[in-house]
Amino acid sequence: MGFPPEIILEAVLNGLLTGAVYGLVALGLTLVYGVLHIINFAHGALLTAAMYGAYVARTALGIDPYVAALPLAALFFLLGYAVQRLVIGPASRGKDENILLVTLGLSIVIENLMLAVFRSDTRSIDAPYAMDVVEFGPALLGYPRVVGFGATILVGIALYLLMTRTATGKAIRAVAKERTGAALVGIDVAHIYAVTFGIGTACLAIAAALLLPSFYVSPRVGNAFVLVAFTIVVLGGMGSVVGALLGGLIIGVVESLSGLYLGESLGQIGIFLIFILVLLVRPTGLFGARA
Amino acid sequence: MAKFEVARRSLVFGVAGVLAAPALPRAQAPAVKLGILQPVTGALSQDGEHGRLGAELAINEINAGGGIRALGGARIEMVFGDARSNPEGGVSEVEKMQAEGVVAIVGGFASPICLAASQAASRYDLPYVVDVGVSDQIVSRGLANTFRFGPGFGVVTSAALDNLVALNDAAGKPSRTVVIVHEDGLFGSGMARLLNAELPKRGFEVLETIAHPTPARDMNNVALRIRSLRPDLVIPSSYYAEFVLLARTMQQQRIRPKGIYCVLNGAASNYRFVREFPDAANLVMDCNHWPDPRKPKTAELRQQVEAQNRFWLYNTPMNYSAVMLVADALERAGRADRAAVIQALAATDGAFTKHIMPYGPTRFVNGQNQAGAPVNTQVQNNDIKVIFPRDFADAQPVYPVTG
Repeated sequence: MGFPPEIILEAVLNGLLTGAVYGLVALGLTLVYGVLHIINFAHGALLTAAMYGAYVARTALGIDPYVAALPLAALFFLLGYAVQRLVIGPASRGKDENILLVTLGLSIVIENLMLAVFRSDTRSIDAPYAMDVVEFGPALLGYPRVVGFGATILVGIALYLLMTRTATGKAIRAVAKERTGAALVGIDVAHIYAVTFGIGTACLAIAAALLLPSFYVSPRVGNAFVLVAFTIVVLGGMGSVVGALLGGLIIGVVESLSGLYLGESLGQIGIFLIFILVLLVRPTGLFGARA
Repeated sequence: MAKFEVARRSLVFGVAGVLAAPALPRAQAPAVKLGILQPVTGALSQDGEHGRLGAELAINEINAGGGIRALGGARIEMVFGDARSNPEGGVSEVEKMQAEGVVAIVGGFASPICLAASQAASRYDLPYVVDVGVSDQIVSRGLANTFRFGPGFGVVTSAALDNLVALNDAAGKPSRTVVIVHEDGLFGSGMARLLNAELPKRGFEVLETIAHPTPARDMNNVALRIRSLRPDLVIPSSYYAEFVLLARTMQQQRIRPKGIYCVLNGAASNYRFVREFPDAANLVMDCNHWPDPRKPKTAELRQQVEAQNRFWLYNTPMNYSAVMLVADALERAGRADRAAVIQALAATDGAFTKHIMPYGPTRFVNGQNQAGAPVNTQVQNNDIKVIFPRDFADAQPVYPVTG
């Protein structure tokens, strides 16, 4: 069926805006994979926890999620650091398959903790700007999405600078490339692992703050994003930061257009078709470095 | 008072001997266990919590009023089960309740849970009273244990369609084109099929039928499609969170049809929606369950609910009424025996007046109360008003919506 061009344009723009935040969620996942070579199954649960963090900041302390984003990111950096240093690292005893189980266990614990504290209700905040629109030509774009897009770009730039211009970034890249070599030249690998995990978790905190004004939170909400994030990571190339952001944008547009044409119920089909196609045709993804 | 009403009715049913015993509760009368099944975790937890509240209030009221008189003032003891928002959860709770020795089960809320749970209960000849579940399959399987006090899908939708035509005709037929938005589960898809078959017969043209999943993250595409189709009417059938999202997105996208006419919608006659998003909720119409505003008990119950800082949803009065129905059956059965309760439930008639739904005299045929009926509501000035049936409506419909 045909849609007028302005409707298609708006769907594409919506997809780009949503996709940026997907990219941010995927960024944390891909970073942790790229450096620690583990798939963090607790990613979704940590996103949920961050969303509750932003929710509590808003409802109990009256702090707007956009204001809370940076303090939350700092808090979640510390949390991520501690989780890797005190839980995942020691529990894994150096075996990757253990890490898989540890993060999976962690996700179950976090989810149920959220369930115990917040019950299973879906909650949302009523931000005064949640339904504001930004007019872009004929398209009406939701204000929270536009902010989400802008903030994701900023985070992307900040992360790029961190990775290329700082000693920590250099160390992270060194550990990602060659763990033993990095250790030999005096890099504290355990520390770098924890820092990376912390950065990934901090990305989630920012994503959570960006999502909350236009989205709801429930104890299992993170899973909805993480499936998409996995697809993005595979599409962008495991471990690639640019791939995650670009992959997010592509997946966002695919989801939006397939939602428009196939209906919301089938909209996710597009995403998973891409997932399968990438695995079949280009398993390294768009920007995958390793085969 | 109510005491005498019960006595009179029980006399009619010939258990005067039991009832002649003093009405004072005797300490030794063993409590009657009643299973209350609601989804209080998962996607349907809001409905489940408010259903449980209704059952609790009814049980408290019965116990405070001297328990079940025909059983020597036996108290009702609630055995609560969390259906966890899925049929499997419902079935496993039925098994537990069976093990606990409940005399009947009330609840279920969603049709899939009601279907599975009532079937599980039927294996033990355990009476099951559906609180809300509207699927007509629930009462068409020939299960002798299953009863539904409220209206089913067919009754609600035909009332919804009749009222829609009446509404449109009275306003000079401003609407002709319709877009249907529905959740893609058993409830919403069934509704969409039926509307697609019935609306054209009544002079409406269905431009498109849009399905969405539950939970849905985003309604922008649905709104975009509606915007490009420009229908006169939007008819949504979804659960709470999704309809709220749709209504807010439509508001954001400046989509203003002549009417949003919901059928059995989870949000449109929900005070939480009205309080939290008054602008998006304004003038939304719904054809749904709703308690009888003429009955004094309705206002009393609503006060009790709001005193607990809870919202007033139809789940509460429906579960209150369903528990009252079981209590009434127990009084008439004269013993806490499942078969006797099933028999008594089936024989319920107009003498059962302790419910607060706007139904005529109760009469069960194959487990379905023939008097069960919906009402049409509209959100007006931050309140939910009844606009149909006209004989007890408390507001005039505002339609078509302009501006």
